[in-house]
Amino acid sequence: MNAHHNVSRRTLLTGGVATGFLLAFHLPLRAAPNEPVQPPDVTDGKFAPNAFIRIDADGATTLVMPQVEMGQGIYTAVSMILAEELDADWSQVKLLHAPANEKLYGNPIFIIQATGGSTSVRAFWKPLREAGASARAMLVQAAAAQWQVEPASCTTSKGQVTHKASGRTLSYGALAAAASGQTPPKNVPLKDPKDFVYIGQPFKRLDTPDKVNGKAVYGIDAIVPGMKFATLAQCPVFGGKVGKVDDREARKIPGVRQIVVLDDLVAVVGDHMWAAKKGLDALEIEWNEGPNAKINSKAVWDDLRAASAKDGVVAQSTGDIGKGLAVGEKFEASFELPFLAHATMEPLNATVHCKPDSCEIWTGTQIMARVQSEAAKAAGLPVEKVTVNQHLLGGGFGRKLEPDMVVAAVRIAKQVDGPVKVVWTREEDIQHDVYRPVYRDTIAASLSGGKIVGWKYKITGAAIIARWLPPAFQKGIDIDAIDSATDVPYEIPNVHVEYVRAEPPAIPTGFWRGVGPNNNVFAVESFMDELARKAGKDPVEFRRGMLANSPRFLSVLNLAAEKAGWGQPLPARVGRGVCLQPSFGSCIATVVEAEVDEQGEIKLRRATSVVDTGIAVNPDTIVAQVEGGLIFGLTAALYGEITIDKGRVQQSNFHDYRMLRINQTPKIEVHVVKSGEAPGGIGETGTTAGPPALRNAIYAATGVALRRLPIDRKLLAAGKKA
Amino acid sequence: MHMATTLTVNGETKSFDAPPDMPLLWVLRDILGMTGTKFGCGIAQCGACTVHVDGKAVRSCVLSVSAVANRAITTIEHIGSTPAGAKVQKAWLEAEVVQCGYCQSGQIMSAAALLASTPNPDDSDIDAAMAGNICRCGTYVRIREAIKHAANGQS
Repeated sequence: MNAHHNVSRRTLLTGGVATGFLLAFHLPLRAAPNEPVQPPDVTDGKFAPNAFIRIDADGATTLVMPQVEMGQGIYTAVSMILAEELDADWSQVKLLHAPANEKLYGNPIFIIQATGGSTSVRAFWKPLREAGASARAMLVQAAAAQWQVEPASCTTSKGQVTHKASGRTLSYGALAAAASGQTPPKNVPLKDPKDFVYIGQPFKRLDTPDKVNGKAVYGIDAIVPGMKFATLAQCPVFGGKVGKVDDREARKIPGVRQIVVLDDLVAVVGDHMWAAKKGLDALEIEWNEGPNAKINSKAVWDDLRAASAKDGVVAQSTGDIGKGLAVGEKFEASFELPFLAHATMEPLNATVHCKPDSCEIWTGTQIMARVQSEAAKAAGLPVEKVTVNQHLLGGGFGRKLEPDMVVAAVRIAKQVDGPVKVVWTREEDIQHDVYRPVYRDTIAASLSGGKIVGWKYKITGAAIIARWLPPAFQKGIDIDAIDSATDVPYEIPNVHVEYVRAEPPAIPTGFWRGVGPNNNVFAVESFMDELARKAGKDPVEFRRGMLANSPRFLSVLNLAAEKAGWGQPLPARVGRGVCLQPSFGSCIATVVEAEVDEQGEIKLRRATSVVDTGIAVNPDTIVAQVEGGLIFGLTAALYGEITIDKGRVQQSNFHDYRMLRINQTPKIEVHVVKSGEAPGGIGETGTTAGPPALRNAIYAATGVALRRLPIDRKLLAAGKKA
Repeated sequence: MHMATTLTVNGETKSFDAPPDMPLLWVLRDILGMTGTKFGCGIAQCGACTVHVDGKAVRSCVLSVSAVANRAITTIEHIGSTPAGAKVQKAWLEAEVVQCGYCQSGQIMSAAALLASTPNPDDSDIDAAMAGNICRCGTYVRIREAIKHAANGQS
């Protein structure tokens, strides 16, 4: 029944989707070995032609979601793509989270089962269309056989096969049993995009109705009969260990049932979170802080700056950089970005029931199969003895591309009789994150005749890929760290890009919404505005001059300028800033308008983005993702910084790790350009666009050239100049 | 130290044992199994835990259960049965406000309390009522739009 599951994993791997991050993954990785595949669910009595589609005799159409829903609307987009080629009846569509199964549900870009990097639609566009089309063809074959007509004389629409000539119709449900016996076609044709009936329409999301009435179940909401509740304290110093624990007072707290002491953490188990939390507060814990207790932010930055003075590995070399930089006038700058926490609204959690011969987990993760295998290691069990029940995620942003919270919960649960829900306090969540790394970028550029002739760009920062997806870390280059640095859209004759790997001491680093492009788009687009000023040109005009051969970029830039009222007069200390970026396989231009008051405080007035993301599967979701992404990026630009002292994170909750709020939110306009290109990624584009556009608006408003985030208000008070 | 406690939640009487200082949030979630109300920060900074006590929006993460005995508690599970709550939920879906949705229980509770007391809020009313609710997905633009839409539907 599942023999056709690999409806084109391999074709996809060599498929035509582009941009650096994607393309780079195609080279070093192989498809999963050809092993027998276990059915992921009960398919008895259903038409189950592949891993993604189930049709019951009553017509109920269950679509299995390979990508996880964390707010980005992917459940609806995946369903629209499948339903489009299947010609399913949308009103009969139901959803099922996929189980942990790398072979069936691995992300074709990463190979592992992962939702991240704005890859879902790009990666699954072709295999999902093929899965839908293949299932549709089998239903048509079944109907044609019954009617003894040619399959080509049949049409499909809304869950029915019709033979127009004879006026006969059969529903997919009625055909489910017969279709199961059909052989899936080879090289099934896909629809011409002009015939799409679902794709491109602004569909209501399938996951939202239960999110307005309290019924939606996130990982933290899992209820397992008989479960207890736990919360934990990890050593506040990275890498430190538990020394002595005095639990006499904690045991007196009503509802406290158990104290679990592991080498690096202490957990209190109780009848509810309140007992667990009060119990934890009552513990006297002496930590062996270890050598990392000496680490502080100053040392981190000193190390990073020293590393950035070294030569890096060459990631791109076009023309002759030596000659290019010798022409005209040369300018240099460096840009720095801080550590950031993810702060998903749903604090880290996992509910685990460990038995001697099995382990069951209830959580929301971006990496189901990796969570399963890491949990198996922690539990000391074979992988197949570990079940992961996937839930909705109350935000992901890359934090749940890591398995650490589940591993910790399994280690605690191993000491507990029965199921236990382990919930991180917000403080623990922020102080034990896997942080967006610090980055430093140095740029040298030469200007001649109002254009850039030489562009030398060096990124210094952690290699997340080397840890997270080792096969993709080749020749010393982190393909994420260089993303949006090696595919700058501007026509520049001499370009040289280098990468220096520099891992911060002891502080764990990982993916954060916007990933590598966050860093590169900020540095590239900030410096672009400085160069425009040196060249005596308007920032939009300056960029236009280098886009003659990039029509998609030129068109989004022009439209963004028009929609934002670029060039129209503004009051004093109000400015507009632009950002143009190639990230995630989409072309996006953004204009932010901001006001800087006499004290240097910033008011966001307006943000306008124009996106060409190829074929827009669900246009309203694209608008929503860019709106939200802008807020996420602007939040980081205005407030985001994790600092370290004595080996520990100094921020702890939303009072000192601040978020943008509704009263600070500008008007946001997002325009989606009609395009016939293959779909690009969208979930992170607003995040990467917000900070440089705001920074450039401040540059226009005040003349202060900020080179570092978050924005230092002290530099912006009236009278200051760069 | 546990005490027999009785609360009126969504019009129903609930009796259980809980320490008197236990925040209402954890009573709802961990004792009554009503998980629509969310834990976000524990210090009344994010609003994810917002419920109504006698019709007013309050942060249940810092509100002890002993303080709300004999008062009418309404949660997200029941807000749709109030006129303002039903309008807010409808407007939320029409404007497709929700992304991850985790903060939206709290957002909807704050918005429903606002509309119940101020049927036609202006931008500053919305700011005042909603600035205590953080949305990490950044749905603020649509929240504002949906509140105005719900208000228009009401007048």
